[in-house]
Amino acid sequence: MPLHRRGLILLAAAVPLMMVSQPAATQAPPRQDKLKVVATFSILADITRNIAGDRADVTALVGPNGDAHVYTPTPMDARSVGAAKVIVTNGLGFEGWISRLIAASGSKAIVAVASNGVEPRQSTDSHGHAGTDPHAWQSVANVKIYVANIRDALVTADPEGKGSYDANAAAYLAKLDALDRDIGETLARIPPARRKVITSHDAFGYFKDAYGIDFVAPLGVSTETEASARDVAKIITQVRQQKIPAVFLENVAEQQLVERIAAETGAKIGGSLQSDALTDAKGDAPTYIDLMRHNVRQLAAALAE
Amino acid sequence: MLYDILIGPFIDYAFMRRALVGVIALSLGAGPIGVLLMLRRMSLMGDAMAHAILPGAALGFMVAGFDLFAMSLGGFVAGVVVAVLAGLIARTTQLKEDAALAAFFIVSLALGVTLVSVRGTNVDLLHFLFGNVLALDNATLLLAAAIATVSVLVLAVIWRPLVLECVDPGFLRTVSRAGAPVHMAFLALVVMNLVAGFQALGTLLAVGLMMLPAVAMRFWARDISSMIGGAVLIGIVSGYVGLLLSFHGNLPAGPAIILVAGALYGMSVILGRVGGYAVRLMPRPHLEG
Repeated sequence: MPLHRRGLILLAAAVPLMMVSQPAATQAPPRQDKLKVVATFSILADITRNIAGDRADVTALVGPNGDAHVYTPTPMDARSVGAAKVIVTNGLGFEGWISRLIAASGSKAIVAVASNGVEPRQSTDSHGHAGTDPHAWQSVANVKIYVANIRDALVTADPEGKGSYDANAAAYLAKLDALDRDIGETLARIPPARRKVITSHDAFGYFKDAYGIDFVAPLGVSTETEASARDVAKIITQVRQQKIPAVFLENVAEQQLVERIAAETGAKIGGSLQSDALTDAKGDAPTYIDLMRHNVRQLAAALAE
Repeated sequence: MLYDILIGPFIDYAFMRRALVGVIALSLGAGPIGVLLMLRRMSLMGDAMAHAILPGAALGFMVAGFDLFAMSLGGFVAGVVVAVLAGLIARTTQLKEDAALAAFFIVSLALGVTLVSVRGTNVDLLHFLFGNVLALDNATLLLAAAIATVSVLVLAVIWRPLVLECVDPGFLRTVSRAGAPVHMAFLALVVMNLVAGFQALGTLLAVGLMMLPAVAMRFWARDISSMIGGAVLIGIVSGYVGLLLSFHGNLPAGPAIILVAGALYGMSVILGRVGGYAVRLMPRPHLEG
Protein backbone atom coordinates (compact mmCIF):
# COMPACT_ATOMS: atom_id res chain seq x y z
CA MET A 1 0.00 0.00 0.00
CA PRO A 2 2.73 2.59 0.85
CA LEU A 3 4.47 1.62 -2.36
CA HIS A 4 1.30 2.22 -4.23
CA ARG A 5 0.83 5.64 -2.72
CA ARG A 6 4.44 6.62 -3.30
CA GLY A 7 4.08 5.64 -6.93
CA LEU A 8 1.01 7.82 -7.28
CA ILE A 9 2.70 10.77 -5.63
CA LEU A 10 5.68 10.41 -7.91
CA LEU A 11 3.40 10.16 -10.89
CA ALA A 12 1.55 13.29 -9.84
CA ALA A 13 4.78 15.13 -9.19
CA ALA A 14 6.24 14.12 -12.50
CA VAL A 15 3.46 15.41 -14.71
CA PRO A 16 4.16 19.15 -14.29
CA LEU A 17 7.89 18.49 -14.57
CA MET A 18 7.20 16.79 -17.87
CA MET A 19 5.51 19.90 -19.13
CA VAL A 20 8.60 21.89 -18.24
CA SER A 21 10.93 19.56 -20.07
CA GLN A 22 8.74 19.31 -23.14
CA PRO A 23 10.24 22.30 -25.07
CA ALA A 24 13.75 20.94 -24.67
CA ALA A 25 12.67 17.67 -26.24
CA THR A 26 11.15 19.33 -29.27
CA GLN A 27 14.37 21.23 -29.93
CA ALA A 28 16.40 18.05 -30.11
CA PRO A 29 16.91 16.27 -33.47
CA PRO A 30 14.13 13.79 -34.45
CA ARG A 31 16.19 10.67 -33.59
CA GLN A 32 16.26 11.83 -29.97
CA ASP A 33 12.49 12.26 -29.92
CA LYS A 34 11.97 8.71 -28.79
CA LEU A 35 10.86 8.39 -25.21
CA LYS A 36 13.79 7.32 -23.01
CA VAL A 37 12.72 4.48 -20.76
CA VAL A 38 14.90 2.65 -18.26
CA ALA A 39 13.80 -0.68 -16.78
CA THR A 40 15.64 -2.11 -13.81
CA PHE A 41 16.23 -5.58 -15.22
CA SER A 42 16.00 -7.59 -18.41
CA ILE A 43 12.54 -9.14 -17.94
CA LEU A 44 10.89 -5.77 -17.25
CA ALA A 45 12.72 -4.25 -20.19
CA ASP A 46 11.35 -6.95 -22.49
CA ILE A 47 7.78 -6.45 -21.28
CA THR A 48 8.15 -2.69 -21.61
CA ARG A 49 9.54 -2.99 -25.15
CA ASN A 50 6.50 -5.00 -26.17
CA ILE A 51 4.23 -2.17 -25.04
CA ALA A 52 6.39 0.75 -26.16
CA GLY A 53 6.95 -0.55 -29.66
CA ASP A 54 9.15 1.88 -31.59
CA ARG A 55 7.99 4.99 -29.75
CA ALA A 56 10.57 4.49 -27.00
CA ASP A 57 14.17 3.47 -26.37
CA VAL A 58 14.07 0.90 -23.56
CA THR A 59 17.26 0.00 -21.75
CA ALA A 60 17.77 -2.41 -18.86
CA LEU A 61 20.07 -1.53 -15.99
CA VAL A 62 20.74 -5.18 -15.19
CA GLY A 63 21.11 -6.80 -18.57
CA PRO A 64 20.57 -10.40 -19.70
CA ASN A 65 22.13 -13.02 -17.41
CA GLY A 66 22.73 -10.36 -14.73
CA ASP A 67 21.67 -10.81 -11.14
CA ALA A 68 19.56 -7.90 -9.96
CA HIS A 69 19.88 -9.02 -6.31
CA VAL A 70 23.55 -8.26 -6.08
CA TYR A 71 23.77 -5.48 -8.64
CA THR A 72 25.84 -2.37 -8.03
CA PRO A 73 24.99 0.60 -10.23
CA THR A 74 27.72 2.10 -12.38
CA PRO A 75 28.14 5.82 -13.22
CA MET A 76 26.84 5.00 -16.72
CA ASP A 77 23.63 3.68 -15.14
CA ALA A 78 23.21 6.85 -13.12
CA ARG A 79 23.53 8.80 -16.36
CA SER A 80 20.89 6.78 -18.20
CA VAL A 81 18.58 6.99 -15.19
CA GLY A 82 19.13 10.75 -15.15
CA ALA A 83 18.23 10.98 -18.83
CA ALA A 84 15.17 8.72 -18.63
CA LYS A 85 11.61 9.98 -18.86
CA VAL A 86 10.13 6.80 -17.45
CA ILE A 87 11.74 4.38 -15.02
CA VAL A 88 10.12 0.97 -14.74
CA THR A 89 10.79 -0.92 -11.53
CA ASN A 90 9.49 -4.23 -10.27
CA GLY A 91 8.84 -3.16 -6.70
CA LEU A 92 8.10 -5.62 -3.86
CA GLY A 93 11.60 -4.89 -2.63
CA PHE A 94 13.29 -6.52 -5.62
CA GLU A 95 15.56 -3.61 -6.46
CA GLY A 96 16.57 -2.16 -3.11
CA TRP A 97 19.14 0.00 -4.85
CA ILE A 98 16.85 1.83 -7.26
CA SER A 99 15.53 4.64 -5.04
CA ARG A 100 19.04 5.70 -4.11
CA LEU A 101 20.07 5.57 -7.73
CA ILE A 102 17.13 7.72 -8.80
CA ALA A 103 17.88 10.24 -6.05
CA ALA A 104 21.58 10.30 -6.87
CA SER A 105 21.01 10.79 -10.58
CA GLY A 106 18.75 13.79 -10.00
CA SER A 107 16.18 12.15 -12.23
CA LYS A 108 12.76 13.69 -12.65
CA ALA A 109 11.35 10.69 -14.44
CA ILE A 110 8.02 8.99 -13.90
CA VAL A 111 8.63 5.91 -11.80
CA ALA A 112 6.33 3.05 -12.70
CA VAL A 113 6.18 0.27 -10.12
CA ALA A 114 5.13 -2.61 -12.33
CA SER A 115 3.91 -4.84 -9.52
CA ASN A 116 1.43 -2.28 -8.17
CA GLY A 117 -1.79 -4.16 -7.53
CA VAL A 118 -0.20 -7.61 -7.45
CA GLU A 119 -1.22 -9.69 -4.46
CA PRO A 120 2.13 -9.93 -2.65
CA ARG A 121 3.27 -13.30 -1.47
CA GLN A 122 5.17 -13.88 1.75
CA SER A 123 8.24 -16.05 1.50
CA THR A 124 11.23 -17.21 3.39
CA ASP A 125 14.36 -16.53 1.43
CA SER A 126 17.50 -18.65 1.38
CA HIS A 127 18.84 -16.86 4.44
CA GLY A 128 15.75 -17.69 6.47
CA HIS A 129 14.36 -14.14 6.50
CA ALA A 130 10.66 -13.87 6.01
CA GLY A 131 9.63 -11.16 3.62
CA THR A 132 7.75 -10.26 0.50
CA ASP A 133 8.57 -12.48 -2.44
CA PRO A 134 9.40 -10.07 -5.29
CA HIS A 135 9.43 -12.63 -8.13
CA ALA A 136 5.83 -11.90 -9.11
CA TRP A 137 6.53 -12.24 -12.84
CA GLN A 138 6.68 -16.01 -12.40
CA SER A 139 2.89 -15.95 -12.72
CA VAL A 140 1.57 -14.76 -16.06
CA ALA A 141 -1.56 -13.34 -14.40
CA ASN A 142 0.66 -10.93 -12.48
CA VAL A 143 2.50 -9.87 -15.61
CA LYS A 144 -0.83 -8.81 -17.07
CA ILE A 145 -1.03 -6.36 -14.17
CA TYR A 146 2.56 -5.31 -14.95
CA VAL A 147 1.50 -4.58 -18.52
CA ALA A 148 -1.35 -2.33 -17.41
CA ASN A 149 0.89 -0.40 -15.02
CA ILE A 150 3.63 0.08 -17.58
CA ARG A 151 1.15 1.09 -20.28
CA ASP A 152 -0.37 3.73 -18.00
CA ALA A 153 3.05 5.15 -17.14
CA LEU A 154 4.01 5.35 -20.81
CA VAL A 155 0.74 7.09 -21.65
CA THR A 156 1.29 9.59 -18.85
CA ALA A 157 4.77 10.35 -20.14
CA ASP A 158 3.82 10.42 -23.81
CA PRO A 159 0.06 11.12 -24.17
CA GLU A 160 0.32 11.42 -27.95
CA GLY A 161 1.28 7.74 -28.15
CA LYS A 162 -1.78 6.56 -26.26
CA GLY A 163 -3.36 4.83 -29.23
CA SER A 164 -0.18 2.98 -30.05
CA TYR A 165 0.51 1.95 -26.44
CA ASP A 166 -3.05 0.74 -25.96
CA ALA A 167 -2.93 -1.35 -29.14
CA ASN A 168 0.49 -2.82 -28.29
CA ALA A 169 -0.57 -3.64 -24.76
CA ALA A 170 -3.76 -5.34 -25.99
CA ALA A 171 -1.79 -7.44 -28.47
CA TYR A 172 0.75 -8.40 -25.82
CA LEU A 173 -1.99 -9.25 -23.31
CA ALA A 174 -3.48 -11.61 -25.88
CA LYS A 175 -0.09 -13.33 -26.22
CA LEU A 176 0.14 -13.59 -22.44
CA ASP A 177 -3.32 -15.18 -22.29
CA ALA A 178 -2.23 -17.78 -24.82
CA LEU A 179 0.95 -18.38 -22.83
CA ASP A 180 -1.00 -18.80 -19.60
CA ARG A 181 -3.31 -21.33 -21.26
CA ASP A 182 -0.41 -23.30 -22.73
CA ILE A 183 1.36 -23.48 -19.39
CA GLY A 184 -1.78 -24.71 -17.68
CA GLU A 185 -2.41 -27.37 -20.33
CA THR A 186 1.17 -28.61 -20.43
CA LEU A 187 1.49 -28.93 -16.67
CA ALA A 188 -1.94 -30.53 -16.33
CA ARG A 189 -0.57 -33.55 -18.19
CA ILE A 190 1.85 -34.28 -15.33
CA PRO A 191 0.36 -36.74 -12.82
CA PRO A 192 -0.44 -34.85 -9.59
CA ALA A 193 1.80 -37.07 -7.48
CA ARG A 194 4.79 -36.08 -9.60
CA ARG A 195 4.28 -32.31 -9.49
CA LYS A 196 7.23 -31.74 -7.22
CA VAL A 197 10.86 -30.75 -7.78
CA ILE A 198 13.67 -29.92 -5.42
CA THR A 199 15.45 -26.69 -6.24
CA SER A 200 17.60 -24.13 -4.54
CA HIS A 201 15.88 -21.34 -6.43
CA ASP A 202 13.65 -19.38 -4.10
CA ALA A 203 12.03 -17.56 -7.00
CA PHE A 204 9.13 -19.83 -7.93
CA GLY A 205 6.59 -19.13 -5.21
CA TYR A 206 4.20 -17.32 -7.56
CA PHE A 207 4.66 -20.05 -10.15
CA LYS A 208 3.74 -22.65 -7.53
CA ASP A 209 0.60 -20.73 -6.52
CA ALA A 210 -0.46 -20.22 -10.11
CA TYR A 211 0.31 -23.60 -11.65
CA GLY A 212 0.48 -26.12 -8.81
CA ILE A 213 4.06 -27.33 -9.15
CA ASP A 214 5.66 -27.73 -5.75
CA PHE A 215 9.16 -26.32 -5.43
CA VAL A 216 10.85 -27.90 -2.43
CA ALA A 217 13.96 -26.21 -1.12
CA PRO A 218 16.85 -28.34 0.10
CA LEU A 219 16.31 -28.38 3.87
CA GLY A 220 18.79 -26.59 6.03
CA VAL A 221 21.37 -26.56 3.29
CA SER A 222 23.10 -23.43 2.19
CA THR A 223 23.77 -23.62 -1.50
CA GLU A 224 26.13 -20.70 -1.43
CA THR A 225 28.93 -22.29 0.52
CA GLU A 226 30.85 -25.43 -0.26
CA ALA A 227 28.63 -28.43 0.45
CA SER A 228 29.72 -30.67 3.29
CA ALA A 229 29.13 -34.41 3.32
CA ARG A 230 26.21 -33.79 5.67
CA ASP A 231 24.59 -31.33 3.24
CA VAL A 232 24.77 -33.84 0.42
CA ALA A 233 23.46 -36.63 2.66
CA LYS A 234 20.54 -34.43 3.78
CA ILE A 235 19.50 -33.65 0.23
CA ILE A 236 19.68 -37.32 -0.73
CA THR A 237 17.60 -38.37 2.28
CA GLN A 238 15.04 -35.66 1.57
CA VAL A 239 14.68 -36.61 -2.10
CA ARG A 240 14.25 -40.27 -1.13
CA GLN A 241 11.76 -39.63 1.67
CA GLN A 242 9.58 -37.12 -0.16
CA LYS A 243 9.81 -39.14 -3.37
CA ILE A 244 10.77 -36.08 -5.38
CA PRO A 245 10.96 -37.05 -9.04
CA ALA A 246 13.36 -34.36 -10.27
CA VAL A 247 16.20 -32.19 -9.04
CA PHE A 248 16.77 -28.68 -10.38
CA LEU A 249 19.83 -27.81 -8.41
CA GLU A 250 22.05 -26.04 -10.87
CA ASN A 251 23.16 -23.61 -8.19
CA VAL A 252 24.28 -26.23 -5.72
CA ALA A 253 28.05 -26.14 -5.72
CA GLU A 254 28.33 -27.74 -9.12
CA GLN A 255 26.94 -30.04 -11.71
CA GLN A 256 28.97 -33.09 -10.74
CA LEU A 257 27.52 -33.04 -7.27
CA VAL A 258 23.99 -32.84 -8.66
CA GLU A 259 24.75 -35.80 -10.89
CA ARG A 260 25.83 -37.81 -7.87
CA ILE A 261 22.67 -36.89 -6.00
CA ALA A 262 20.54 -37.91 -8.96
CA ALA A 263 22.44 -41.16 -9.45
CA GLU A 264 21.98 -42.05 -5.81
CA THR A 265 18.28 -41.22 -5.55
CA GLY A 266 17.06 -42.16 -9.01
CA ALA A 267 15.65 -38.66 -9.48
CA LYS A 268 15.92 -37.05 -12.87
CA ILE A 269 18.20 -34.07 -13.39
CA GLY A 270 16.24 -31.12 -14.68
CA GLY A 271 17.81 -28.58 -16.96
CA SER A 272 18.30 -25.03 -15.85
CA LEU A 273 15.38 -22.90 -14.77
CA GLN A 274 15.59 -19.20 -15.54
CA SER A 275 14.25 -17.16 -12.68
CA ASP A 276 15.46 -13.57 -12.47
CA ALA A 277 16.96 -12.69 -15.82
CA LEU A 278 16.60 -13.27 -19.51
CA THR A 279 19.43 -14.79 -21.49
CA ASP A 280 21.03 -13.14 -24.50
CA ALA A 281 19.53 -13.66 -27.93
CA LYS A 282 21.30 -17.00 -28.43
CA GLY A 283 20.14 -18.41 -25.08
CA ASP A 284 17.03 -20.30 -24.03
CA ALA A 285 15.10 -17.28 -22.83
CA PRO A 286 15.68 -14.08 -24.80
CA THR A 287 12.17 -12.80 -23.99
CA TYR A 288 9.81 -13.14 -21.06
CA ILE A 289 7.47 -15.43 -23.00
CA ASP A 290 10.43 -17.60 -24.05
CA LEU A 291 11.56 -17.71 -20.44
CA MET A 292 8.23 -19.05 -19.21
CA ARG A 293 7.97 -21.54 -22.06
CA HIS A 294 11.53 -22.70 -21.43
CA ASN A 295 10.89 -23.30 -17.72
CA VAL A 296 7.66 -25.15 -18.41
CA ARG A 297 9.38 -27.32 -21.02
CA GLN A 298 12.13 -28.16 -18.51
CA LEU A 299 9.63 -29.02 -15.80
CA ALA A 300 7.41 -31.07 -18.09
CA ALA A 301 10.38 -33.03 -19.46
CA ALA A 302 11.77 -33.82 -16.01
CA LEU A 303 8.43 -34.70 -14.43
CA ALA A 304 6.88 -36.72 -17.25
CA GLU A 305 6.75 -40.43 -16.50
CA MET B 1 25.82 -46.06 18.10
CA LEU B 2 29.46 -46.46 17.20
CA TYR B 3 28.31 -48.13 14.01
CA ASP B 4 26.20 -45.09 13.13
CA ILE B 5 29.15 -42.78 13.67
CA LEU B 6 31.94 -44.76 12.05
CA ILE B 7 30.41 -47.00 9.40
CA GLY B 8 26.78 -45.97 8.84
CA PRO B 9 27.48 -42.99 6.58
CA PHE B 10 29.46 -45.17 4.19
CA ILE B 11 26.77 -47.87 4.11
CA ASP B 12 23.88 -45.43 3.58
CA TYR B 13 25.39 -43.16 0.97
CA ALA B 14 27.18 -44.15 -2.20
CA PHE B 15 28.87 -40.77 -2.51
CA MET B 16 30.65 -41.39 0.82
CA ARG B 17 31.91 -44.78 -0.39
CA ARG B 18 33.11 -43.21 -3.63
CA ALA B 19 34.90 -40.44 -1.76
CA LEU B 20 36.62 -43.03 0.42
CA VAL B 21 37.66 -45.15 -2.57
CA GLY B 22 38.95 -42.00 -4.25
CA VAL B 23 41.05 -41.04 -1.24
CA ILE B 24 42.46 -44.58 -0.98
CA ALA B 25 43.50 -44.51 -4.64
CA LEU B 26 45.04 -41.06 -4.24
CA SER B 27 46.94 -42.10 -1.11
CA LEU B 28 48.35 -45.21 -2.78
CA GLY B 29 49.86 -43.12 -5.56
CA ALA B 30 50.72 -39.93 -3.71
CA GLY B 31 52.15 -41.52 -0.52
CA PRO B 32 55.33 -42.92 -2.08
CA ILE B 33 55.75 -39.86 -4.30
CA GLY B 34 55.54 -37.59 -1.27
CA VAL B 35 58.15 -39.59 0.67
CA LEU B 36 60.53 -39.48 -2.28
CA LEU B 37 59.95 -35.75 -2.80
CA MET B 38 60.77 -35.16 0.86
CA LEU B 39 63.91 -37.29 0.76
CA ARG B 40 65.05 -35.44 -2.37
CA ARG B 41 64.54 -32.15 -0.47
CA MET B 42 61.86 -31.16 -2.97
CA SER B 43 58.93 -30.91 -0.57
CA LEU B 44 57.84 -27.51 -1.84
CA MET B 45 58.21 -28.68 -5.41
CA GLY B 46 54.91 -30.54 -5.11
CA ASP B 47 53.17 -27.33 -4.12
CA ALA B 48 54.67 -25.44 -7.03
CA MET B 49 53.73 -28.17 -9.50
CA ALA B 50 50.16 -28.28 -8.19
CA HIS B 51 49.75 -24.62 -9.07
CA ALA B 52 51.40 -25.15 -12.43
CA ILE B 53 48.62 -27.59 -13.35
CA LEU B 54 45.93 -24.94 -13.05
CA PRO B 55 46.33 -23.05 -16.35
CA GLY B 56 46.48 -26.30 -18.32
CA ALA B 57 43.37 -27.66 -16.69
CA ALA B 58 41.69 -24.29 -17.24
CA LEU B 59 42.59 -24.41 -20.94
CA GLY B 60 41.08 -27.87 -21.17
CA PHE B 61 38.00 -26.47 -19.46
CA MET B 62 37.80 -23.59 -21.92
CA VAL B 63 38.01 -25.94 -24.88
CA ALA B 64 35.78 -28.77 -23.71
CA GLY B 65 33.93 -27.61 -20.60
CA PHE B 66 33.91 -29.92 -17.58
CA ASP B 67 35.52 -32.76 -19.46
CA LEU B 68 37.67 -35.01 -17.31
CA PHE B 69 39.98 -36.06 -20.11
CA ALA B 70 40.57 -32.56 -21.51
CA MET B 71 41.22 -31.01 -18.11
CA SER B 72 43.50 -33.83 -16.99
CA LEU B 73 45.49 -33.80 -20.21
CA GLY B 74 45.78 -30.01 -20.10
CA GLY B 75 46.90 -30.12 -16.48
CA PHE B 76 49.45 -32.83 -17.16
CA VAL B 77 50.95 -31.01 -20.14
CA ALA B 78 51.10 -27.71 -18.26
CA GLY B 79 52.74 -29.35 -15.25
CA VAL B 80 55.38 -31.06 -17.37
CA VAL B 81 56.05 -27.88 -19.38
CA VAL B 82 56.60 -25.87 -16.23
CA ALA B 83 58.85 -28.55 -14.74
CA VAL B 84 60.95 -28.71 -17.90
CA LEU B 85 61.11 -24.92 -18.31
CA ALA B 86 62.11 -24.43 -14.67
CA GLY B 87 64.79 -27.10 -15.06
CA LEU B 88 66.00 -25.46 -18.27
CA ILE B 89 66.26 -22.02 -16.72
CA ALA B 90 68.06 -23.44 -13.71
CA ARG B 91 70.61 -25.12 -15.95
CA THR B 92 71.19 -22.25 -18.37
CA THR B 93 71.08 -19.19 -16.10
CA GLN B 94 72.35 -18.33 -12.65
CA LEU B 95 68.88 -18.95 -11.15
CA LYS B 96 68.45 -22.03 -8.93
CA GLU B 97 65.68 -24.51 -9.76
CA ASP B 98 63.55 -23.59 -6.74
CA ALA B 99 63.76 -19.90 -7.63
CA ALA B 100 62.78 -20.64 -11.24
CA LEU B 101 59.87 -22.75 -10.02
CA ALA B 102 58.77 -20.06 -7.59
CA ALA B 103 58.50 -17.63 -10.47
CA PHE B 104 56.66 -20.09 -12.69
CA PHE B 105 54.16 -21.38 -10.21
CA ILE B 106 52.84 -18.03 -9.11
CA VAL B 107 52.49 -16.92 -12.73
CA SER B 108 50.71 -20.20 -13.49
CA LEU B 109 48.31 -19.67 -10.62
CA ALA B 110 47.45 -16.17 -11.80
CA LEU B 111 47.08 -17.35 -15.38
CA GLY B 112 44.89 -20.26 -14.33
CA VAL B 113 42.57 -18.11 -12.22
CA THR B 114 42.31 -15.64 -15.09
CA LEU B 115 41.47 -18.35 -17.62
CA VAL B 116 38.81 -19.94 -15.42
CA SER B 117 37.23 -16.58 -14.69
CA VAL B 118 37.09 -15.61 -18.36
CA ARG B 119 35.03 -18.62 -19.27
CA GLY B 120 33.38 -19.71 -16.05
CA THR B 121 31.85 -18.52 -12.82
CA ASN B 122 33.03 -18.33 -9.24
CA VAL B 123 31.66 -21.81 -8.71
CA ASP B 124 33.94 -23.11 -11.46
CA LEU B 125 36.91 -21.33 -9.94
CA LEU B 126 36.19 -22.83 -6.52
CA HIS B 127 36.00 -26.25 -8.15
CA PHE B 128 39.44 -25.76 -9.69
CA LEU B 129 41.02 -24.57 -6.47
CA PHE B 130 39.32 -26.96 -4.06
CA GLY B 131 37.86 -29.80 -6.15
CA ASN B 132 34.99 -31.81 -4.85
CA VAL B 133 35.69 -35.10 -3.25
CA LEU B 134 31.97 -35.70 -2.68
CA ALA B 135 31.16 -35.67 -6.39
CA LEU B 136 33.49 -38.31 -7.81
CA ASP B 137 31.95 -40.05 -10.79
CA ASN B 138 33.08 -43.34 -12.32
CA ALA B 139 35.46 -41.73 -14.80
CA THR B 140 37.24 -39.75 -12.08
CA LEU B 141 37.60 -42.81 -9.86
CA LEU B 142 38.95 -44.86 -12.75
CA LEU B 143 41.44 -42.12 -13.58
CA ALA B 144 42.65 -41.93 -9.98
CA ALA B 145 42.96 -45.72 -9.75
CA ALA B 146 44.76 -45.93 -13.10
CA ILE B 147 47.21 -43.22 -12.09
CA ALA B 148 47.87 -44.93 -8.76
CA THR B 149 48.54 -48.21 -10.57
CA VAL B 150 50.87 -46.62 -13.10
CA SER B 151 52.69 -44.76 -10.32
CA VAL B 152 53.35 -47.89 -8.32
CA LEU B 153 54.53 -49.81 -11.39
CA VAL B 154 56.81 -47.05 -12.65
CA LEU B 155 58.23 -46.55 -9.18
CA ALA B 156 59.03 -50.26 -9.02
CA VAL B 157 60.94 -50.00 -12.29
CA ILE B 158 62.97 -46.89 -11.44
CA TRP B 159 63.24 -47.65 -7.72
CA ARG B 160 66.96 -48.37 -7.36
CA PRO B 161 68.38 -45.36 -9.25
CA LEU B 162 65.70 -43.15 -7.69
CA VAL B 163 66.55 -44.08 -4.11
CA LEU B 164 70.25 -44.02 -4.86
CA GLU B 165 69.94 -40.51 -6.19
CA CYS B 166 68.22 -39.45 -2.97
CA VAL B 167 71.06 -40.79 -0.88
CA ASP B 168 74.15 -40.23 -3.00
CA PRO B 169 73.64 -38.52 -6.36
CA GLY B 170 77.40 -38.28 -6.94
CA PHE B 171 77.78 -42.04 -6.69
CA LEU B 172 74.85 -42.63 -9.04
CA ARG B 173 76.49 -40.38 -11.63
CA THR B 174 79.70 -42.42 -11.54
CA VAL B 175 78.02 -45.79 -12.02
CA SER B 176 75.09 -44.99 -14.32
CA ARG B 177 73.67 -42.43 -16.66
CA ALA B 178 70.11 -43.20 -15.53
CA GLY B 179 70.01 -40.10 -13.28
CA ALA B 180 68.48 -37.60 -15.71
CA PRO B 181 65.81 -39.85 -17.29
CA VAL B 182 64.85 -41.22 -13.90
CA HIS B 183 64.50 -37.69 -12.59
CA MET B 184 62.26 -36.78 -15.52
CA ALA B 185 60.13 -39.91 -15.07
CA PHE B 186 59.77 -39.07 -11.42
CA LEU B 187 58.68 -35.50 -12.19
CA ALA B 188 56.10 -36.88 -14.60
CA LEU B 189 54.78 -39.10 -11.80
CA VAL B 190 54.54 -36.10 -9.49
CA VAL B 191 52.50 -34.20 -12.05
CA MET B 192 50.30 -37.23 -12.80
CA ASN B 193 49.44 -37.75 -9.17
CA LEU B 194 48.64 -34.09 -8.70
CA VAL B 195 46.34 -34.27 -11.73
CA ALA B 196 44.60 -37.25 -10.13
CA GLY B 197 44.19 -35.35 -6.88
CA PHE B 198 43.07 -32.19 -8.65
CA GLN B 199 39.58 -33.50 -9.45
CA ALA B 200 38.98 -34.53 -5.87
CA LEU B 201 40.79 -31.89 -3.86
CA GLY B 202 41.58 -29.11 -6.31
CA THR B 203 44.97 -27.66 -7.13
CA LEU B 204 45.42 -26.03 -3.74
CA LEU B 205 44.79 -29.11 -1.61
CA ALA B 206 45.86 -31.98 -3.88
CA VAL B 207 49.40 -31.61 -2.66
CA GLY B 208 48.22 -32.09 0.94
CA LEU B 209 47.64 -35.84 0.60
CA MET B 210 51.07 -36.07 -0.99
CA MET B 211 53.25 -34.15 1.45
CA LEU B 212 51.55 -34.22 4.86
CA PRO B 213 51.60 -38.03 5.30
CA ALA B 214 55.20 -38.13 4.08
CA VAL B 215 56.53 -35.47 6.44
CA ALA B 216 54.54 -37.00 9.30
CA MET B 217 56.15 -40.40 8.69
CA ARG B 218 59.60 -38.79 8.95
CA PHE B 219 58.96 -38.83 12.72
CA TRP B 220 58.05 -42.51 12.85
CA ALA B 221 60.35 -44.45 10.56
CA ARG B 222 63.99 -44.45 9.52
CA ASP B 223 63.88 -46.70 6.47
CA ILE B 224 62.20 -45.70 3.28
CA SER B 225 59.91 -48.74 2.95
CA SER B 226 58.24 -48.19 6.32
CA MET B 227 57.97 -44.48 5.54
CA ILE B 228 56.10 -45.21 2.33
CA GLY B 229 53.83 -47.81 3.91
CA GLY B 230 53.08 -45.47 6.78
CA ALA B 231 52.46 -42.51 4.47
CA VAL B 232 49.89 -44.47 2.50
CA LEU B 233 48.22 -45.49 5.76
CA ILE B 234 48.17 -41.93 7.11
CA GLY B 235 46.66 -40.73 3.82
CA ILE B 236 43.86 -43.29 4.00
CA VAL B 237 43.16 -42.62 7.69
CA SER B 238 43.06 -38.87 7.00
CA GLY B 239 40.55 -39.47 4.22
CA TYR B 240 38.35 -41.69 6.37
CA VAL B 241 38.37 -39.44 9.44
CA GLY B 242 38.08 -36.29 7.32
CA LEU B 243 35.00 -37.61 5.52
CA LEU B 244 33.39 -38.55 8.84
CA LEU B 245 34.16 -35.06 10.16
CA SER B 246 32.58 -33.55 7.08
CA PHE B 247 29.52 -35.77 7.55
CA HIS B 248 28.96 -35.28 11.28
CA GLY B 249 30.44 -31.83 11.69
CA ASN B 250 29.00 -30.28 8.55
CA LEU B 251 32.41 -29.21 7.26
CA PRO B 252 33.60 -28.97 3.66
CA ALA B 253 35.04 -32.37 2.87
CA GLY B 254 38.32 -31.58 1.09
CA PRO B 255 39.67 -29.19 3.71
CA ALA B 256 38.50 -31.55 6.48
CA ILE B 257 40.60 -34.37 5.01
CA ILE B 258 43.69 -32.18 4.76
CA LEU B 259 43.17 -30.81 8.27
CA VAL B 260 43.08 -34.34 9.67
CA ALA B 261 46.32 -35.09 7.83
CA GLY B 262 47.72 -31.87 9.30
CA ALA B 263 46.65 -32.89 12.81
CA LEU B 264 48.35 -36.27 12.35
CA TYR B 265 51.48 -34.42 11.26
CA GLY B 266 51.31 -32.22 14.37
CA MET B 267 50.94 -35.28 16.59
CA SER B 268 53.88 -36.90 14.85
CA VAL B 269 56.09 -33.88 15.48
CA ILE B 270 55.36 -34.13 19.18
CA LEU B 271 55.00 -37.86 19.76
CA GLY B 272 57.01 -39.36 16.89
CA ARG B 273 59.48 -42.12 17.76
CA VAL B 274 62.16 -40.69 15.51
CA GLY B 275 63.15 -37.26 16.72
CA GLY B 276 59.78 -36.17 18.05
CA TYR B 277 59.78 -33.63 20.88
CA ALA B 278 58.54 -36.11 23.48
CA VAL B 279 61.30 -38.57 22.76
CA ARG B 280 63.98 -35.92 22.77
CA LEU B 281 62.85 -34.50 26.08
CA MET B 282 62.73 -37.88 27.78
CA PRO B 283 65.99 -39.00 29.31
CA ARG B 284 67.13 -42.23 27.79
CA PRO B 285 69.75 -44.78 28.62
CA HIS B 286 72.98 -43.62 27.20
CA LEU B 287 73.85 -46.30 24.75
CA GLU B 288 70.49 -46.78 23.07
CA GLY B 289 69.18 -44.60 20.26
